[in-house]
Amino acid sequence: MSMAVSQTWYMTQRQLLVFVRQPAYAIITLIQPVIWLFLFGSLFKKVVELGGFGTTSYLDYLVPGVVVMSALGSNMWAGMGTLEEIQRGTLDRFLTTPVSRAALMNGNVVNNGLVTAFQSVVIVLLGLLGGADYPGGIAGIAVLVLASVLLGTVFGALSNALGMLVRERESIIGINTFLLLPLTFLSSAFMAPSQMPSWMRHVADFNPLNWAMVAGRSALSADPDWGVVLSRGGALLGLAVVAVWLSIRTFRSYQRSV
Amino acid sequence: MNTRAPAIEARQLIKTYGGQVTALNGIDLVVERGSVFGLLGPNGAGKSTTVKILTTLARPDSGSATVAGHDVLRHPDRVRRAIGVVAQGSGADPVATGRENLRLQGRLYGLKGAALDRRVDELLDRFTLTEAARRPVKGYSGGMRRRLDVALGLVHRPEVLFLDEPTTGLDPEARSAMWDEIGRLAADEGLTILLTTHYLEEADRLAERVAVVDRGRIVVEGTPDALKGELRGDAVHVELREPLGDAGRTLLTGVLRDVPGVHEVLADGHRVSVRADDGAAAVPALLAALERAGVKVATATVARPSLDDVYLRYAGRRYSDAEDLVGAR
Repeated sequence: MSMAVSQTWYMTQRQLLVFVRQPAYAIITLIQPVIWLFLFGSLFKKVVELGGFGTTSYLDYLVPGVVVMSALGSNMWAGMGTLEEIQRGTLDRFLTTPVSRAALMNGNVVNNGLVTAFQSVVIVLLGLLGGADYPGGIAGIAVLVLASVLLGTVFGALSNALGMLVRERESIIGINTFLLLPLTFLSSAFMAPSQMPSWMRHVADFNPLNWAMVAGRSALSADPDWGVVLSRGGALLGLAVVAVWLSIRTFRSYQRSV
Repeated sequence: MNTRAPAIEARQLIKTYGGQVTALNGIDLVVERGSVFGLLGPNGAGKSTTVKILTTLARPDSGSATVAGHDVLRHPDRVRRAIGVVAQGSGADPVATGRENLRLQGRLYGLKGAALDRRVDELLDRFTLTEAARRPVKGYSGGMRRRLDVALGLVHRPEVLFLDEPTTGLDPEARSAMWDEIGRLAADEGLTILLTTHYLEEADRLAERVAVVDRGRIVVEGTPDALKGELRGDAVHVELREPLGDAGRTLLTGVLRDVPGVHEVLADGHRVSVRADDGAAAVPALLAALERAGVKVATATVARPSLDDVYLRYAGRRYSDAEDLVGAR
């Protein structure tokens, strides 16, 4: 057990090195959330007047949505990194050492989780700078960050599995661009559920992206509904465990195809 | 572990991809401990697939193999502890430094503390990477990367080292330096090296025994000298001005066989290769015979036996043609 933990840590360190040595990449990934926050924040400022947003400032409502969207946006490309490692021969090098397969995949998961947590906190702080208010305080922010990390883990693990299975950049790009907008707009990212057409609201109930937003938003509100937080958070956790398990299983089919 | 078992033993390895492409068609292989063994063949012959199976990366459809006395299918973990693998792609992490790459590799085998530091320093020194040790690998030259790759494969002092095309893509100077290094490794006590290459001279220079792989099978195996020795005499290669048709080829083959001192004839397209006891002495008679047959000659060259000729003889085609075939696929 301690072996698996230390190996996971070595693998995480290796991945974090990319983040630490190439900070430009992390900064670029923050540009898009800034655009969402301030352009959408200004453009749709008046929609809160429709009611149902639980706040009088649209920015308050928008921040959790942007945090979760960014978690999706940065993790769904994890498979590209795995693909690069396959093409470079790095994955094969590790697979011929005694390192545990779970440690290889979990290194990715932990690294992506840390990077997602960092980005989420930066977005929350940017929101604060822009005048957003978080009545739920530190506990609320912690729930939001955790929910976005779990969501990121689901899509990061699936993206890694996809990278190993199809081994084509085009497939990852295709699936991601196909998923990104529907997942975003079939959620409460920009619009209060009570203002959404009823079919959209029902679809959003099954959208994991929405689970993370609903949990985060509730925890950040003045009067958190912990039942909602726990049910959505629990569902995300379950999904994350399944996705990571699936991605570890993918090593077997990868080995059949090399 | 049975220490008297060969370092590598493979029986009837068969591997197909997607049920269509046959990569291995029954590979049998025995590599004695402490020897350097060369798997020689063009791209796509099945060398890399063989290495992938022996290094536990891929599973064969059928057949069995042991490495360092461990079954690759039943005990892949034991095999992994006993082997070092230097694959074709540079697997080193480009953002990490040479030292960081080596340290991580060592840790994966359970090395730590002072023992790890010592081993990493030793390898950096041995592969003349000490100066570059603190720089990220992305700034390394091709030769430096390759040396680091080999060092990575040696971190845990493996019993068996796999070198998959160790000099592909290197410039002549770096290649020659790598050959010297592999030669020194081979002299290390107990280390068995399985080398794959599509450079004939590489196998000739480094390997004690060579197996020629063609279309997923081993077509011949032996020491480079023995293989070359079986080819009696020299090779005479004649380039023709115009390609031969099927009829012309058959006719010409018959005509040239009758030239005194000629053993074998192989004609294809616009080339004819002939084996003769004394190549230089046979050239005038060959050219005369070709002229009588109305065939125009562009060039004629005489060569001492090489592994290229071994390949030609046992695979039934020219080495360069086999490569082209793969390229066109």
